[in-house]
Amino acid sequence: MSITVKIPAQLRTATGGEGELEVEGSTVGEALDAVFDQHDGLRERITQDGDLRRFVNVYVDGEDIRFQDGLETSVNDGDEVTILPAVAGGE
Amino acid sequence: MAVRSLNCKECGAGYELGAAFFCETCFGPLEVAYDNSGMDAEEAKRKIQAGSRGIWRYSDFLPFEGERPGDPLEPGLTPLVRADRLAERLGMGEVWIKNDAANPTHSFKDRVVAVAVAKAKELGFETVACASTGNLANAVAAHAAAAGLSSYVFVPADLEEQKLLATGIYGTNLVGIRGNYDDVNRLCTELSAERPWAFVNVNLRPYYAEGSKTLAYETIEQLGWQIPDRIVGPIASGSMFTKLGRGITEWLELGLVEGELPTFCGAQAEGCSPVATAFADGTSVCKPQRPDTIAKSLAIGDPADGPYALDLARSTGGSIESVTDDEITAGIRLLAETTGIFTETAGGVTMGVLEKLARRGDIDSDERVVVYITGEGLKTLDAARESFRMHEIDPTLADFEREFAAEVVA
Repeated sequence: MSITVKIPAQLRTATGGEGELEVEGSTVGEALDAVFDQHDGLRERITQDGDLRRFVNVYVDGEDIRFQDGLETSVNDGDEVTILPAVAGGE
Repeated sequence: MAVRSLNCKECGAGYELGAAFFCETCFGPLEVAYDNSGMDAEEAKRKIQAGSRGIWRYSDFLPFEGERPGDPLEPGLTPLVRADRLAERLGMGEVWIKNDAANPTHSFKDRVVAVAVAKAKELGFETVACASTGNLANAVAAHAAAAGLSSYVFVPADLEEQKLLATGIYGTNLVGIRGNYDDVNRLCTELSAERPWAFVNVNLRPYYAEGSKTLAYETIEQLGWQIPDRIVGPIASGSMFTKLGRGITEWLELGLVEGELPTFCGAQAEGCSPVATAFADGTSVCKPQRPDTIAKSLAIGDPADGPYALDLARSTGGSIESVTDDEITAGIRLLAETTGIFTETAGGVTMGVLEKLARRGDIDSDERVVVYITGEGLKTLDAARESFRMHEIDPTLADFEREFAAEVVA
């Protein structure tokens, strides 16, 4: 299954400038692991001890995975996984 | 104070003073760092007292180099009023209301936006933007107009009508998103990488957040260079709450004021209480929520500064509480009846929590308490609608006497 993973602009130095990666996987965790296999520098920046760092948000087609099953959230062919910094916003 | 760099609050990595907001190594939030060496406390106080009648009197503590030019919409120096009848009603000793609705666009957001827009100009941006629950939208649209910058304002499309009207009038590009604030915020985070714009609370967030420190500085100055014993304030993202702490800490460290950090009490609406829930659960992780509350200006289900707000409340012996929509409406009424100040729903949340703390006996009678009222009641009129009854009569003396018979006798 082909999943598109979108990388924030500030991390694209670790992907050789690529902003979107096509990977295989049936869960968010598998898709991210596939990304890390291609670009090992990203693993440490996005995860810590196997979990997402606390200021990293991940969305599947715009839906925060913390409202779903976290890294176990299933993904389907054509889904878009977006990685974004969590520190934005504020009133 | 000379502004030095942007530093990651998590890992300490340093960055240049540009439009950046998160650490490329660990994703932690960036915060402005200053070089305080060589500052003389008495000289700094004299300079403040001789300064402008607003937030730019604190320029030395804001992220700019040199003096700020004149600002036609300069916010700040809002009233700090002693509320004895409120204190009496709640059985408290000394309560002060910091009425920050008394700003150019009627909320504390003028402070953060004035700082962010000035920084945007300094960095050479021609367009400013924001993700907002309403008050920020008003402020960005107005300050962009005053500064001659174009602007894009993103809000949830179902916002209170008053807040939409008080934004669009300034000639901004008002964009209503079919979704909640967290959806708006996600879109703006993505857009900030695609457009050469200064999103005040995304890529300019480290500077923007510094503006909230002026609320702390003013409180200290208005109390005659003293620190209150307890602070009660609203929490949405937790940014203002934590910056109140940062502002006081800076002045303590620099010797502008003596004492210790107040007890910090945070207020959330039950229908959007990720930080209060984490406080009650004893965790430092705020599990995101889908907001459902009349306090739309506090309806952030995924609060960026939640962990830091929790740290501040816990380390000062305070707490973070939540109140129901009915308690919010009652809180608005309580403040209006006892002080003559009409606040929006966020102020109702703060008042509701103040009442809760007082009734529970958390507040000692010798404490000096400052309550932060951050927005204007005219922006959330629906919340007032059911709170009183109008007497409708014919224009005759007889009808008036009949209507008020009971009260006249009493």
